[in-house]
Formats: sequence, structure tokens, C-alpha cells
Amino acid sequence: MGVDSVLINLTYLASSALFIFGIKGLTHPRTAVRGNLLGATGMLLAVVATLSNEQVFGAGLSGLAVILAGLLLGSAVGTLFALKIQMTAMPEMVALLNAFGGAASALIAGAVLAESNDPTRQTAVATVASGIIGSVTFWGSLVAFDKLKGILLPDRPIHFPGQQYLTGLLALTALALGLLVVNDPTQLSNYGQLIIVSSILGVFLTIPIGGADMPVAIALLNSYSGLAAASTGFVLDSNILIITGSLVGASGLILTRIMCKAMNRSLMNVLMGAIGPDNDDASSTDDIYAGRVKNASPEEVAMLFDGARRVVVVPGYGMAVAQAQHQIRDLANLLESRGIEVEFAIHPVAGRMPGHMNVLLAEADVDYDKLKEMDEINSSFEQTDVTIVLGANDIVNPTARTQSSGPIAGMPILDVDKSRTVVVVKRSLSPGFAGIPNPLFAADNTLMLFADGKQAVLELIAAVKDS
Amino acid sequence: MNDLLPLLTIFMLAVFVGFEIITKVPPLLHTPLMSGSNAISGITIIGALLSVATDSLLTAILGFIALVLATINVVGGFLVTHRMVAMFKKKD
Repeated sequence: MGVDSVLINLTYLASSALFIFGIKGLTHPRTAVRGNLLGATGMLLAVVATLSNEQVFGAGLSGLAVILAGLLLGSAVGTLFALKIQMTAMPEMVALLNAFGGAASALIAGAVLAESNDPTRQTAVATVASGIIGSVTFWGSLVAFDKLKGILLPDRPIHFPGQQYLTGLLALTALALGLLVVNDPTQLSNYGQLIIVSSILGVFLTIPIGGADMPVAIALLNSYSGLAAASTGFVLDSNILIITGSLVGASGLILTRIMCKAMNRSLMNVLMGAIGPDNDDASSTDDIYAGRVKNASPEEVAMLFDGARRVVVVPGYGMAVAQAQHQIRDLANLLESRGIEVEFAIHPVAGRMPGHMNVLLAEADVDYDKLKEMDEINSSFEQTDVTIVLGANDIVNPTARTQSSGPIAGMPILDVDKSRTVVVVKRSLSPGFAGIPNPLFAADNTLMLFADGKQAVLELIAAVKDS
Repeated sequence: MNDLLPLLTIFMLAVFVGFEIITKVPPLLHTPLMSGSNAISGITIIGALLSVATDSLLTAILGFIALVLATINVVGGFLVTHRMVAMFKKKD
């Protein structure tokens, strides 16, 4: 180990520390910007250190030109993505980033395998891990991206007979090919087949997961992309890759667990896509709604705000679809100017990825102190005069508390039904992702405001101003 | 095996550190956490740089594709995270 490589490794150590401080910065919105900058600084240091490495620096002019081209191309595409993306489309963006991370790990592991004549057992095993996890991450994330965008695949889980056996068979085949690679690492075609089988496995692992379960899928794929990077670290004997990869792997796993808990479902249950409409007989839906659903006009709802002291807004995926975050902010400001306390209640799985609603409301300039977590705000619904449910459904369904079986049984919900009046802004009585009717819509203290989210809030604002 | 042990040790300790810090990230910031962790997992960029700088054509091609993808992750990840965390404001 020459002086240069000691210096380079020390720089990597500093970068690893900066990454850890960077994530630590994300523990509070006040320090988050600085944290992200620390992480970026760490990355810059690591890249500069690597470029000064003999192998890279000695690659000659043509080699450096290729490197520069790659860096410029990647930076241009990355910048374009980051600046163009709408905040409502953030789940898609994260899905793509997961995909690229997984692919990069699998490719690098393949490149190392192709280059070395006699790789050690450790390198071979790590390469196999990197190849399998990386390919599963890449294709799984592309499927997740497609499901979120709705280009080719439906939002609903895709099931067919024998699906689990096929998936299991694919996984076993991938492992068997992995054994072949470890046995004779010089046979590159085995690695190629491993990548192909793992890619198909990635697709089959993700298609049974439904649209509303995407928060779990994306968090899990995030974890995979970290684990793929850590495996690549074992391939390259690189501490910084191992440290960073395991940080990201842990992060994704924690988010996955939080999301599953917030739905009272096991990870297995989510991954199998074991939720969805069991075609509830329509009669039970009629029994719940018949004659009990009360329709309200914006003017009637505006009257509720007269004399109200506290209003809570519950946003759901519907708010993101209708892009109504700016309008609801305007309404909240208007109510506050009349002396009404307004807060936002955020369910952990509202939206299509962890923290989705918070980002949208922050984009609309809502003070983050007003964004309350479920556990924090649930006890205050009894003192709430009006709760506005904007494009949310399953996360406010009171049957989750009472039913012992069914798709949302035991799921922690926002106790909106305990507030004096609930106003549900929704286009129709159609069920949410769980495919079950919501008795909240027929409750005595609930008024339905049937309209598109954005339009409804605009009309509410006008009605409040007139009253 | 002797080479592997230090690496496994680092791996295990880093997982513990990860669990400790990340459980303290509030749900408010879970989306930036995901994009930010994607950005730092773009650290594979250094592996890609090493792969590009070789004589073997196959390795260089695989390395180049990996370099572009990892750079997208790094630049796109940090930038979009910055865009998001900069929006979280407190009004006075």
C-alpha cells in the first residue's frame, strides 16, 4: 500500500463519516439541508480521490475522456430528472433511482468478474450476490415505476395460477446458477444467465404487489439497492461501499417495517399482493350506504366553519392525483385568518411512498409544524369541529377497528369519525384500494362533497369568502 | 476467510449504525431520506470509475454504463433531495 493509496483510503473514511452525518442531518427539517450538503461533499471527495488513483489516472487520455463523458452524461440526465420532476411524481423518481442503483451494482460486479482471471471465492460469492440483488432491484423497480405511471401494467395486483411456484423456481434457478459461477468464475456465460434469470425474478416478485402497497415495495427495493451496493463492496474489497450500502439497506428495511406496521400486515402478505377486492357482494355495500349518505354543497360546508375553532385536514393519494395541495393550503390560510386552528393529519401510508404527503404539503408552503403524525393527532379529533378528508379512504375507515378479518382489519387509522363533523371530499362512493365500503361515508356526522379535489377546495374557498 | 472477516465486521457495525440513526428520522422526512439514501448508494460510482479504466473492452463497456447510471443516482439524488428539504419551512 503506497502513500497514495493510504491517502485515498483515508479520504474514503472521511466520506463515509460525512454520509453518516448527512443522514443524521435528516433527523430534523432544520438540519436537513445541511445534512444533504454534507453527504454531497462526501461523494465529491470520494470521486476526486478515486480519480487520483493510479489505475484511473494511468488510463491515459482516451481513458480519461471516456470517464469524463460518462460523468457528464450522467450529470446531465440526473440534473434534468431532479429539476423537472413534479413533487407528486416523487415515487416514480425514487423507483427509477432504485433501479439505476441496482443495475450499477450488478454491472460493476460483472465487469470485475470479466476482468479478473482467477477471482477468489469471496469475490465470486459477492459477485453472485451483487448480480442477483442488483438485477432483481433493477427490474423490480422498473415494474414499480410502470405501475405508478400506469403505462403498461394495471395498478391492481397481477395473479395467475402457480405464480408462487414459478417465482420460487426462478429463485432456485438463480441460486443454482450462482453456485455454477462460484464453482467456475471464468465461465462468464453463467453470470449472464444468472442476470437473465434474476431479471425475470425481479419482474415476477413485483407484479403481484398492488398500487397502494407501493410504499412498501419502494422501501424494500430501496433496501435491496443498498444491499447490492454492499455486495459490490465485498467484490471490490471496498470499505466505503460496504458502509454506505449497509446504511441504505438498513434505511430501506426500517421504512419497510414502518409501512407494514401502519397497515397491520406482514411483509409476506404485502409481497404476495394478498389484498384486493374479493368482490364483496354489492348488497352489503348498499346496506351500508343506502339512504344514509348525506350530500352537501360547498356553501353548506362553509357554514360549518362559522364558529368552528379547530379544523383538521386529512390528505390522501387523491390529493396528489388532483394536485390540490396548493388549494388546500389557501383554504387553511383563509381559515386561520379567521382565527381557526388548522392542522394536517398524515397517515404513514397515505400516498404512494413514505412521506409523500409531507413533501407535497411542504411544496405548498405549509409550515411543517402543522403536519402531524397519526399517533400525535389521533387523541385530538374529539376536540375537532370539522375534519376535511381530501382524497383519502382506507386510512379513515372505522371498520379497521372493529372487523376481525378483511383487508384492513386491525390497521391503525386516523380517528376522524370522532370529530364533530367530517367532510369527505371525493368524486364518488367508489371503494379505496382495499376494495371495501367505508361506513364513515354514511355516518351521522359525515357530509359528502362529491367533486374533484382541486375544484371542490376552490369552491369551498369561494363559499367561505362569501359567507 | 481472514480477508473476509474485517469486511464482515465493518458490514455488521455499519448496519447497526444505520438502524440507530435512521430510526430517528421522522416520517415528515421519509421521502427525502429515500432519495438521499439513493444518492449516497451512488457511491458505486467509484467502482464504476475503476472498471472503466481498464484495457479489457467488455469491462470498460460494463463500467461505462454503470458509471452513467451511478452518476445519475448521485447527481439526481442529491439535487432532488435538496429541492425537497429546502421546501420544509417554518413560518413565523
